[in-house]
Amino acid sequence: MITSIKRIVRSGFVGFWRNAFVSLAAIFVMTVTLTVIGGMMLVGQLLDATLVQIQEKVDINVYMVTTASEEAIFAFKASLEALPDVKEITYTSREQALGEFRERHKSDELTIQALEELGENPLGASLSIRAEQTSQYESIAAFIQEQREGEDPESPLIDRVNFNQNKGAIDKLTGIIGAVERTSYIAMIILVASSVLIAFNTIRLAIYTTREEIAIMRLVGASNMFIRGPFVLQGIMYGVVAGVLTLLILYPVVLWLGPVTSSFFRLDIAAYFITNFGRLFGVLVGSGVALGMISSTLAVARYLRV
Amino acid sequence: MIYFDNVSKIYNGGQSIALQDVTFQVAPSEFVSIVGHSGAGKTTLLKMLIAEDKPTQGQVFFESLDIHTISRGALPKYRRKIGTVFQDFKLLPNKTAFENIAFAMEANGRSDEEIAENVPQALELVDLGDKIWNFPHELSGGEKQRVAIARAIVNQPDIIIADEPTGNLDPIATYEVVQILKKINDLGTTVIMTTHNKGVIDALARRVITMDEGRIVRDDVEGKYVL
Repeated sequence: MITSIKRIVRSGFVGFWRNAFVSLAAIFVMTVTLTVIGGMMLVGQLLDATLVQIQEKVDINVYMVTTASEEAIFAFKASLEALPDVKEITYTSREQALGEFRERHKSDELTIQALEELGENPLGASLSIRAEQTSQYESIAAFIQEQREGEDPESPLIDRVNFNQNKGAIDKLTGIIGAVERTSYIAMIILVASSVLIAFNTIRLAIYTTREEIAIMRLVGASNMFIRGPFVLQGIMYGVVAGVLTLLILYPVVLWLGPVTSSFFRLDIAAYFITNFGRLFGVLVGSGVALGMISSTLAVARYLRV
Repeated sequence: MIYFDNVSKIYNGGQSIALQDVTFQVAPSEFVSIVGHSGAGKTTLLKMLIAEDKPTQGQVFFESLDIHTISRGALPKYRRKIGTVFQDFKLLPNKTAFENIAFAMEANGRSDEEIAENVPQALELVDLGDKIWNFPHELSGGEKQRVAIARAIVNQPDIIIADEPTGNLDPIATYEVVQILKKINDLGTTVIMTTHNKGVIDALARRVITMDEGRIVRDDVEGKYVL
């Protein structure tokens, strides 16, 4: 058993070198496939980062009237927190709001002066509501609207709600990102499928050139495992080499794109590549190995039919 | 040892009959020649024996084993009991004589020590001890066929099947190859050979099965080439 594994391994390596040109072709095709897969993974990561960023910007701000009492605000906050869609609520008191306002306008002499003129704090407290998902804002907004309608017009609590203004933009962006992701998945599937076919054909060609050898092996009573082994091993070797090559190709590309992506998408793709190197390595080399193994197993099976 | 029981092989759904009701047996250590015109069914018969093709009807037994009930996984094991020699030698062109023979042993899972010992012995038996490191293209037709025979016998099979082994050879090489097959047979291995060569058959004076249109028409214990 050990001798025959040793022989399979040796004959796999010999076959890899002896059919160097065919090996090269197979590796080239697989590298293209894997580069596509790797590229799609990175693009997907950028899109995800963008989506998360946009989602984080989305919230509902409820501004209270200046006369609203803290108890009333907290009661309202508690009723909001009881909603299952709400993830978190940040309360900003009147004083905090004023502090933030001063901070923001500290270089604006005129505004600060006007504020001083006023004497009292013109800002109301506010609640910033965040949901788990952008689609859930709809129901939260509806709840707030209901609450507002039920208020006593003599002593209102809510001054204004700023959700409806950017709702359209959020919906549109979510839609665009979803569409881009779907398109890239479809493109990936098509590219991967065609590359699998090409890789399969290339390996089949490699096996076809040695079909005489396969016939003789069968004749002298070699087991199917003994015949198939070297070819499957070669397929695996194609996958490993192609996977490593792909990483070597992607590395300078992400280094080059890193600064651009970090300013545009707020995600440094080069840093992502380096921190997630293990995962990328696993996925790329793993799919290369799977691709090579499946292709060569299928291809050799054609010539092993008894 | 080998028993064909009413074997028929029909190709193309009844269009062409390759074998029809063939029944015969081969005893251990026999040397059987099968003669007949091209298309008489000789090669089909051998294909049945190495389980490369299934009969349409009837059974083929090797000892008590029905060959065509062997599972695909177990087939290589069965084939190791049979050494095969062909008209076109079927040597691997990029391997030396030694490597070609060693290859058959490797495929059978034999150890490196056995290979180092048995391959020179097999080459010695076919009088090629001095051509051990030559590639097939450096050998003559007769020498190639002798390498092929050495490969066939190196795993000590029970039967040697030779399909027109002298078809591509000149008279002297033909004589040598037949002498080697005879020697192997004398050492106890059953030999089944198909041939067109009248001189070979007449010189051998062993059992001859004559086939015509898929049927056995003669089966003589000490036969002559009669067609």
